[in-house]
Amino acid sequence: MVGLVLVSHSAGLAAEAAALARGIAGADALVAAAGGTEDGGLGTSLDLIEAALRSVDQGDGVVLIPDLGSSVLTARLLEEDGRVVVADVPFVEGAIAAAVAAGAGVPLADVLEAAEEARTYRKL
Amino acid sequence: MDTDVFVAWFEEAARLVHDDRDRLTRLDAAIGDADHGTNLDRGLTEVRKTLAESPPGTPGEVLAAAGATLIRRVGGASGPLYGSVFRQMGKSLESPVTLAGFSAAFEAGVVALERLGKAALGDKTMVDALVPASRALALAVRDGIGVKEALERAAGAAEEGAKATIPMQARKGRASYLGERSIGHEDPGAASAALFMAALASVVA
Repeated sequence: MVGLVLVSHSAGLAAEAAALARGIAGADALVAAAGGTEDGGLGTSLDLIEAALRSVDQGDGVVLIPDLGSSVLTARLLEEDGRVVVADVPFVEGAIAAAVAAGAGVPLADVLEAAEEARTYRKL
Repeated sequence: MDTDVFVAWFEEAARLVHDDRDRLTRLDAAIGDADHGTNLDRGLTEVRKTLAESPPGTPGEVLAAAGATLIRRVGGASGPLYGSVFRQMGKSLESPVTLAGFSAAFEAGVVALERLGKAALGDKTMVDALVPASRALALAVRDGIGVKEALERAAGAAEEGAKATIPMQARKGRASYLGERSIGHEDPGAASAALFMAALASVVA
């Protein structure tokens, strides 16, 4: 199963977005949170992202969904062609769409496509 | 330019950034999230510690260790950005270091930076200080100028590049959210990049 890592500047935002995605996608979905710096501040930690990545990596690929700024830049340092991919999608909508697809057991390319579709969702 | 010079570069950069921490944070308060000075100061303090605890054997290893530490310890966007510059420079730099070799490695570092940040000249970022510095180095190599003078020219070009960001409108990072209100402020990343170049010029004899 494809794993997901939600990378945010805020530990709370990452954890709650992951909980929301798991709540909607089902408990089987592999969604890990990597938010904030190691000392609990706002920012990004490469080590926290790497640990989260390892915790959801079953060999079928991992999608990193960053919020913005240093989250994007740090996540991109971990990209591995065809295996670890950064999705350029809205944080919450992309996380939910990707988690639902990943939880359904589809391959990495389809999880990414589902996340990309979230960009065009209209609320009204 | 031996290993000691590269260690001295980061020690001097750490000192300059520490002394200018409040100015960098003030620049960042105007158009960013007011943490550039503190973040970079913390990152460079960790770099000094890393270099002191396990002294690298080559200039390339100094740059690689500094880059990796900045990526891990800064927490803000300048960590992965500077980290990528130094890591790539470290990979590209061959020993013994000549001015031509350093210039080529520096350019490779700037290319890695542009690729990661997707920023170009004129976006009001550290690229606006580092690209002119890279060009100054390349011209110095072409004209056969000595190392010290070449690095002084690069530092001057970086400083001018940083000042040139003042009238620009930001297109990257948090400053870009401010739109036209980002005009009239020096970019903090370009300002710190100028400090890195000044540090290098001052440690080379």
